[in-house]
Amino acid sequence: MMEAFEILFTASFWVAAIRIASPLIFATMGELICERAGVLNLGIEGIMAAGAFAGWFTVYSGGDLWTGVAVAAATGAAFGLLHATLTVPLGLSQHVVGIGVTLLATSITYFTYRLALPTVTSPPKIEPFQPLPIPVLSDIPILGEALFSQTPLTYLAFVTVAVVGWGLYRTPLGLAVRAAGENPAAVEAQGLSVTAIRIGAVMAGSALMAIGGAFLTMSAFNSFFFEMINGRGWICIALVVFGSWRPGKALLGAILFAAFDAYQIRLQQVTGGVVPYQLFLMLPYVLSILALVLVARRATYPKALMVPYQKGER
Amino acid sequence: MTSSVLRLSSITKRFGPLTANDAISFELAPGEVVALLGENGAGKTTLMNILFGHYVADEGTVEVFGEALPPGDPRAALEAGVGMVHQHFTLADNMTVLENIALGTESPWRLSLDRRRAAARIRALATDFGLEVDPAATISALTVGERQRVEILKALYRDARILILDEPTAVLTPIETEALFSTLRKLVAKGLSIIFISHKLNEVLAISDRVVVLRAGKLSGERRTAGATRQELAALMVGQEVAPPAVPEVARGPVLLKLYGVSTTGRGTRQRLDDVSLALIGGEITGLAGVSGNGQAALADLIAGLEKPASGRIEIASAAIADWSPRAALAAGIARIPEDRHAVGTIGDMSVTENVMAEQYRAPRFSKRGFLDWKAARAFAEEIIRDYDVKCPSPEARIRLLSGGNMQKLILGRALDPDPAVILANQPTRGLDVGAIAYVHGRLLAARARGAAILLISEDLEEIMALSDRILVMSNGRLSTPSARGERSVRDLAELMAGHGLEAA
Repeated sequence: MMEAFEILFTASFWVAAIRIASPLIFATMGELICERAGVLNLGIEGIMAAGAFAGWFTVYSGGDLWTGVAVAAATGAAFGLLHATLTVPLGLSQHVVGIGVTLLATSITYFTYRLALPTVTSPPKIEPFQPLPIPVLSDIPILGEALFSQTPLTYLAFVTVAVVGWGLYRTPLGLAVRAAGENPAAVEAQGLSVTAIRIGAVMAGSALMAIGGAFLTMSAFNSFFFEMINGRGWICIALVVFGSWRPGKALLGAILFAAFDAYQIRLQQVTGGVVPYQLFLMLPYVLSILALVLVARRATYPKALMVPYQKGER
Repeated sequence: MTSSVLRLSSITKRFGPLTANDAISFELAPGEVVALLGENGAGKTTLMNILFGHYVADEGTVEVFGEALPPGDPRAALEAGVGMVHQHFTLADNMTVLENIALGTESPWRLSLDRRRAAARIRALATDFGLEVDPAATISALTVGERQRVEILKALYRDARILILDEPTAVLTPIETEALFSTLRKLVAKGLSIIFISHKLNEVLAISDRVVVLRAGKLSGERRTAGATRQELAALMVGQEVAPPAVPEVARGPVLLKLYGVSTTGRGTRQRLDDVSLALIGGEITGLAGVSGNGQAALADLIAGLEKPASGRIEIASAAIADWSPRAALAAGIARIPEDRHAVGTIGDMSVTENVMAEQYRAPRFSKRGFLDWKAARAFAEEIIRDYDVKCPSPEARIRLLSGGNMQKLILGRALDPDPAVILANQPTRGLDVGAIAYVHGRLLAARARGAAILLISEDLEEIMALSDRILVMSNGRLSTPSARGERSVRDLAELMAGHGLEAA
């Protein structure tokens, strides 16, 4: 039993937790931007798959790693534009469009993979991002190792949280995005275009989701395979709620969930097959449902979330 | 006239078969207050929405300071110096006053918003024009009057030279209205021009220099305020003379609803009731006056069954009520005309038929063995549409497309159809035009004549004094002693509304 607790004080556990959290952080920030502007983006799961493939395939075809990240982001933004075109100016159901985008993006990804690599049986590998320990800081026991001996893409995830937080709360643009999610009529009355703001937010958010997907193929692992997103997108939607639509709290949620996930893998090894492993697999999800119930009850959601806005409607 | 700051030239706007604005032209001079007077649905708001760029006119042009305004572009209107205070505030509730005001005023690509400078500017404008409000406060914590100040500040912050106010007093108490008028006078003194949209004659006469009257989408007249009379303007607006309601003598009936020392815990942030005793008598209209937010809503909720008494008891027709709920209230014969017809009174996206049967759908009349009888429901809707003279395309139309007056007639029809013993009429004429108000009053008086007990809650003292057999004033959750018709003067009632003299009651 002691072993189960000792896990929590090992550096390798926390390194893994931060690594598992990284794609969630990107995608959660992406979803948060969309929802803050008033658009629920259920395309997240498919957009992550598309990003995972686009980034990996760019590198596989000879591009460098950062080009891969940029291609992933552009792919995400393109699906974001599709989603936004249907939900913002046309005002279609965000649920239906989102699920449609997930199905479309996932299938196009698999289809393209088969077209591009028709003969392979085992997934080809690329040379992924390597850990880049930051001098001095990474020497701090446990915490330093966990945070500062990661790959550059993980550092980018944390930078993204800071940028999103600053952007939403400190800049005129962020103000406009938040207002578009609270009361679009207020945005229009101040001479801004709700449509442009929402489309922009969904595209930017979708780009981040795609980078989150690309993290899996370009940093956490080194190849692309089917079903690799494995519900992470849906988790991110829950994390946005858990974080009460605030970047800082959502970041904490992502790390918490990742820690549960890293913990259950290690717990499986400790208990050595006495307890069915499926129970451990369930653990992070059960705990996130509990956390959601406890935290989200008091959350104030963006008032105009999922409310289409049509200019000049009576 | 070259000195006009704003010129509308033959503006025409159609919504499907309806012509909301029919070749309307008028001008606004610098430092002038023009009242745009007209009944609901006369086209006032549509006209201003065209001016502000929310709608695009089918024909006609708008010129501001001699420059033509591109159609359908609120940003162009703002930049030309046109500010608009919408009837339904365009504020983001979860954001602060400062954020709402600064929204869209700085380039979106700036890396940070200069909150300190914005706050200083807001404070300066607020002191200059009597619009005190804390820039750091969140909108949801503000009163309606304060929110309106924020709306005006939004326009002033952008250096508006022309201010449009759409029904600004509809949501204000008499005291807040006075404060608004004093602000408007200060603005005019600084050279701003104001368009004041209203259907309330006394306000129009009090604040404007000139009155432009719209009726059914057309310009029906234009008068200098100085020489105009109420009757003349009312006739232009309605197209006929309007007489005050005649209140005949009616025999008193029994006490139909009685509250004994009821207190409530208060839902949310609402004012709670504090030891309220009240008797509603058949054949009487009991008027409840008071400044908004003093417990009228809590009393209405209590009688409608939405809230249970925390202490004290309710008796209906001399029988004590054990389990109180909206369904129990309906079963006890209490008809409800709710304060907010859009949010509470109707379900906007459901049809007229569905809305009128909403209180009775479980009754055998509309449901047989668990299935709805649509034929009966439709017949009922048609009956109400006919009897209450509702203008609506068909019983299948979504109710949110109806004008306020027609919506209220449907709610009246639904409430009064079962010949209820008790009628709770909460702000039954708020936001309605003269014709519709007269209609609602007529219906309430007819119910009184057949022996119903009516509780009329209103912020309009004139209405209370014209209709009520007894008047009560509510302040801080407590009721004053009743006074008979004509017993207390307006001044006496206003004193009670301000909370003076209630301690003795």
